[in-house]
Amino acid sequence: MTRYILRRLWYMFITLFIIATVSFFLMKMLPGSPLNAEDKLSESQKQIVLEKYGLNDPVPVQYAKYMGGLVKGDLGISFAFDNTPVTDILVDRIGPSALLGFQALVVGTLLGILLGLTASIFRNGPLDYTSTTIAVLGTSIPSFVFAGLLQYVFAVKLGLLPVALWGEFKHTILPTIALAIHPMATAARFTRTEMVEVLHSNYITTARAKGVTESGIIWKHGLRNALIPLVTVIGPMAVSLMTGSMVIEQIFAIPGIGEQFVTSVMVNDYPTIMGTTLMFAFLFVAIILVIDLLYGLIDPRIRLAGGSK
Amino acid sequence: MSKLLEVKDLKVSFDTYNGEVQAVRGVSFDLDKGETLAIVGESGSGKSVTSMALMKLLAGQGFIKEGQVLLEGVDLVKKSEKEMQKIRGKDISMVFQDPMTSLNPTMKIGNQIMEGLIKHQNMNRENAKKRAIELLNQVGIPQPEVRMNQYPHQFSGGMRQRVVIAIALACNPKVLIADEPTTALDVTIQAQILELMKEIQKEVDSAIIFITHDLGVVANVADKVAVMYAGKIIEMGTVDDIFYNPKHPYTWGLLGSMPTPDSTDEELYAIPGTPPNMLKPPVGDAFAPRNEFALEIDTVMEPPMFKVSDTHYAATWLLHPDAPNIEPPETVKQRMQGFANTGRKDGDK
Repeated sequence: MTRYILRRLWYMFITLFIIATVSFFLMKMLPGSPLNAEDKLSESQKQIVLEKYGLNDPVPVQYAKYMGGLVKGDLGISFAFDNTPVTDILVDRIGPSALLGFQALVVGTLLGILLGLTASIFRNGPLDYTSTTIAVLGTSIPSFVFAGLLQYVFAVKLGLLPVALWGEFKHTILPTIALAIHPMATAARFTRTEMVEVLHSNYITTARAKGVTESGIIWKHGLRNALIPLVTVIGPMAVSLMTGSMVIEQIFAIPGIGEQFVTSVMVNDYPTIMGTTLMFAFLFVAIILVIDLLYGLIDPRIRLAGGSK
Repeated sequence: MSKLLEVKDLKVSFDTYNGEVQAVRGVSFDLDKGETLAIVGESGSGKSVTSMALMKLLAGQGFIKEGQVLLEGVDLVKKSEKEMQKIRGKDISMVFQDPMTSLNPTMKIGNQIMEGLIKHQNMNRENAKKRAIELLNQVGIPQPEVRMNQYPHQFSGGMRQRVVIAIALACNPKVLIADEPTTALDVTIQAQILELMKEIQKEVDSAIIFITHDLGVVANVADKVAVMYAGKIIEMGTVDDIFYNPKHPYTWGLLGSMPTPDSTDEELYAIPGTPPNMLKPPVGDAFAPRNEFALEIDTVMEPPMFKVSDTHYAATWLLHPDAPNIEPPETVKQRMQGFANTGRKDGDK
């Protein structure tokens, strides 16, 4: 097991190295320079600035310098945001995004599982149709439409919650709901389909023949088997939620990482672009690893060789 | 004295889009402690549906239309689902056909066995664990303490079926229903499982209902045999009655189509045609269209159960006093002779 994790960590390292390299050169190919907007600077002043930030060096040299810093955990200093170290910006900005994403993921999947479960138990009844309708609407309508609707109804019309901004728990409620719709719909669809199949399987009949009660059938024997495929989709979903939805963050004026990313690309803030990209990549591969390990926990059939004796 | 299990005129139907499918059309039999009844018949004859109806575990749109299932005089048909949950696994339990899929893949074997014990016998986990290890021992699984903590995928097919049997036996059921328990296993394992079931029956003294289409298995395990066709029992008797002195042409066909070690170059007999559509059960004898010995009355009226002896009954007009005297076909007669000569039970030494 330890060996497996070590091997996976090594792969992770290689993946991140490749991503860092590719994005560094892609970024350098972007048109424009960080000084585009600074029209008031004279040519010689610009040269001084470029020299200071090492932007006059040949690209391979810049790359080597950057990677050298990266290995030491130094992501450089932002060009645009008051010379703050990129690490500080990321730490500062990831908080709201991660919190929102986490809340949305938990609320969304739990509600989705319940919805799918209800649908599968009362198959082909009104509850099933209601739940399926919700799931279809949730998958097909983009989250910013919900965001706008929620703002209009709960903030503007009813005045119950703030329209936007960030700070207290009440600020997180509407964006969380808007973000949770999609994972909820996905979880509901998966749970229903899987659960219907599981409830028809032979081992459920065996359990019934043992005299297991209906609730035992659903919670103890059914749900665990039905949730296995869901784990696969939750992984990537978790990453995209926790690394921030650029659109939702814009709508609710949340100082998150998604919003930050968009701005830094606009102004050619090289260190911030790299830092954010690498963080996304890191979170992605890390969560994939966690999901793979979780898989073994849920499904003994794919427990890793050497994991249990 | 009343019997352990009495099934009286059981009728089971399925509501389908096309109408009511009458899968079981009035089945009656009884069973004593320690007795083994084999229900035989081809696919679709209603044997599995009968067994699921006894447990009240009919899938989907199936329902018991009529009849009684008396377990020690108490009618199970009238029991609610809640009451049935207390009976299933405790008084009646079941071994299924496919051991590869009949165990929960994400639950440890031990827990799957202990579940019934904890529920029905109010055992605490510790006692249930002891009993489960005992059961695994009893069904011949080596290293039961280790095996308890393993998952189904770590067991072979035969071993899984042993586990399924252990689960079924956990609470010493009065009636054990085995629905083709050896069909999915290879032949050497089949023999082991049958041997195991016979041994266990001696120890526990449960009655066994053995559902199968394999007449070799029947000869090996059963005391009584019920032959089912189109949702009805058409011949019923002891193993000797059925193998030495079959009366129904369908039973002749079944015996004739069973390969034996001596049947080398001769062509195996096959019953022509297919079973009737149970959406519209035929008038008269359901077997008549496939029966070379059918009489005119067979197309008009259903034959009642004629008594051959105290233990032997068959539903065919051929047993009517006015019927012509028809002998079974030559090949079947040879078979019967063969069974008698070899002392019938080929699996029995």
